[in-house]
Amino acid sequence: MRTSSTSRSPLLFLTTVAICIFMVAPVLVSVMAGLVNSYNRGISSGLTLRWVEQVWEVYGSTVGASIGLALACVICTLLLGVPCAYALARSRSRLARAFEELLLLPVAIPSLATALALILVYGNMTSLRQSFVFILIGHVVFTLPFMVRTVSAAFQRPDLLAMEEAARTLGAGFVQRFLGVLVPAVLPAIVAGMLMVFTLSIGEFNLTWMLHIPLTRTLPVGLADSYASMRIEVGSAYTLVFLLVILPVLWILQALTTLIQKRYGT
Amino acid sequence: MELESPVSTQSTRIEITQCAKTYPDGTRGLLPVDLNIEAGEVVALLGPSGCGKTTLLRLLAGLETADPGSRILFGDQDVTALPAEKRGIGMVFQSYALFPQMTVEANIVYGLKIRGASADECRRTAGTLIDLVRLNGLEKKRPTELSGGQRQRVALARAVAVKPRVLLLDEPMAALDAKLKESLREELAELLRRLGITAVHVTHDQQEAMAIADRLALMEAGQIMQVGTAESLYRNPAHPFVARFLGRVNTLARSSEDMAAGVIRLGNGALACPGHLRDRNEVMLRPEDIHLVAPNGGATARIARRTFLGDRVQLQLELEGQPPLMVEAHGLLAYAPGDIVGLEIDTERLLPARNDATAA
Repeated sequence: MRTSSTSRSPLLFLTTVAICIFMVAPVLVSVMAGLVNSYNRGISSGLTLRWVEQVWEVYGSTVGASIGLALACVICTLLLGVPCAYALARSRSRLARAFEELLLLPVAIPSLATALALILVYGNMTSLRQSFVFILIGHVVFTLPFMVRTVSAAFQRPDLLAMEEAARTLGAGFVQRFLGVLVPAVLPAIVAGMLMVFTLSIGEFNLTWMLHIPLTRTLPVGLADSYASMRIEVGSAYTLVFLLVILPVLWILQALTTLIQKRYGT
Repeated sequence: MELESPVSTQSTRIEITQCAKTYPDGTRGLLPVDLNIEAGEVVALLGPSGCGKTTLLRLLAGLETADPGSRILFGDQDVTALPAEKRGIGMVFQSYALFPQMTVEANIVYGLKIRGASADECRRTAGTLIDLVRLNGLEKKRPTELSGGQRQRVALARAVAVKPRVLLLDEPMAALDAKLKESLREELAELLRRLGITAVHVTHDQQEAMAIADRLALMEAGQIMQVGTAESLYRNPAHPFVARFLGRVNTLARSSEDMAAGVIRLGNGALACPGHLRDRNEVMLRPEDIHLVAPNGGATARIARRTFLGDRVQLQLELEGQPPLMVEAHGLLAYAPGDIVGLEIDTERLLPARNDATAA
C-alpha cells in the first residue's frame, strides 16, 4: 500500500529519502568502519570488536569524566543560573538588560578565545590548571546563558508574577516563595535548561581541547586524539562508543523532561 | 449544624487616609483618597478600567508602596510600611494565581504551612474550608483539572484559610462566563456574610458590586467620587458621573430661556423646575422615572423604536426639538413604533447634571 504522501508527490518522497540517506550514510559508514578488521578491505575483511575493546582500554576513563563533568556543569548552572534568571526577570533596570547581553558573549565569541583568556589569567594556578575544575569553569561560562535565558523567560510569565504575589499575601517570605512556589512552577523550564546544558557540555570540544591536559580528557577530546594518532578503525570505533554511551543518557534525560513537563506543565 | 466559621474574630476596621500612588514613570495611579471601612463590612471599589480601584486594592494588600503622606490603618495598627507578607490579609486574584504544582488541598493550606501550623491543624482547616466552598472530592486534584468556578472557590478558600484580618478580592468574577457569574456572586455574597470578614472587592460590574457589597465606593480618574449604599448612590448621586455609571440616565438640556422661566422643556410640554435644580443647564432622568400615559394635554412623544427584552420593553421616544429619550415599560404592554404617548414625570426624581450654567 502506498502512503498518501507518496501518491501525492513521489518526487518529494524520493528527495526526502535521498537526503536522509545522504545524512545517515556517514554515521553508518563510520560505525561500520569501527567494526571491520580493515577499513580498506571493507566487510570482506571480517567483523571484529577489537577496535572497540582497544578504545575502551585507552579512553574508557573519558566516558566517566565527560558524564561527571556534564553533571557538575548542570549543578553549577542550576545554582548560579536559576537565581540569576529570577533577578533578571524581576529587574527593570538597564543594567540588567546589559548584563543579559553580556551573558551571551561566551556563545558568540569563539570558544578558543574564551579558553585562551582563561589560560592567560588562571593558567598559573597549577592545581586548578591540572584539574577538571578548570574545564568545568569553561563549560559553565559557555552553558550558563542557555540555562538563564530559558528559565528567565519562564519567570517573566504574568501568571508567575501573580503566583508570587499570592504567596506574599499568604505570608511567604522570599526564600519560602522562591523555593516553594516559583521554582516548582518553572520546573519544566529548568529541566529543559538542564537537558540543554548537559547536551552542550557532553559534546563541547573547542574550549575543552584548549583547556585540557593529558590527565583531564573528555570524550570529544579523546575522539580527536584517536583520530589524530591511531588507525582509522580505532577512531571509528570511538564514534560507536560515543553513540552507545551518549544516546541512552540523552534518551533517559529526554524522557525525564517530558515526564516532568507533563506533570508540572500549566 | 452551623459550620464553625474558620475566620471568626480577626476582622478589623480599615482606615485609609490621604492614600495616593504615583508610579515611577510619573503616572498618577491614585490621587489622595480617604475611606473608612467598618469591621466585617464588605465594600466594593467600583469604576471603569483605569480608575485606580485596583491600585487602591494593591496598596491595601501591600503589593504596591503608597506615596509619602499616605496612611493605612488596620484596626489600630499602621500598616502603611508593612510588606504584603506581614499584613495578615487574604487576597483573591483575578487569575486566581493558584499554585499549579500543588493539589487543591495543598493550595488551601499553603498559608498555614508557611505560618508553621501542624499537619493536624492544616488537615482540619482544609476539611472545614472544602466543606464550606463545596469542593468535596476534589481535594487531590490539581488546579488545571478544575473548572473556572471551582478554581475561584479554591482561591477563596486559600485566602481565608489564614484567618486574615482583611479579605481583598480583585475582580474575582472577571474570568467566569456570564451565567456562572450570576449564580456565583450570590454564593460569594452569602459566604462573606457568613464569615463576617472585612472585605474589599474590586469590580467594574455594577450588578456584581450591588449583589456583594454593603457599600460601594465609586471611583473615576484616581479619585473616589462617592461612597454609600447602592441605593443611595443610585437615588442621590453626588456627581453626574455617579448617576451615569450606575444604571442609565436620559439627559435633558435647558436653554437660558427655560432657566429664566423656571421650567424644564420636555418636547411640546414643559415641567416646572424644582427649586434645587433651578440653576442647572442640564438635568438627568432615569428611564424608570418616566411614566407613559394616554395623551392628556401634557407633553407627548412618538415611539421610534421598541426593543423586546423579555420581562420589559425598551422604548426610544422622539420628542420635538430634543434628543430621543430612553424609557422602559412592562413587557406585556402593547406599545408599537409610531404610537403617540403622553409623558408623566415625577420632578422630585430629576437629577442634577451640570453644576451650573457657568460651568458648562
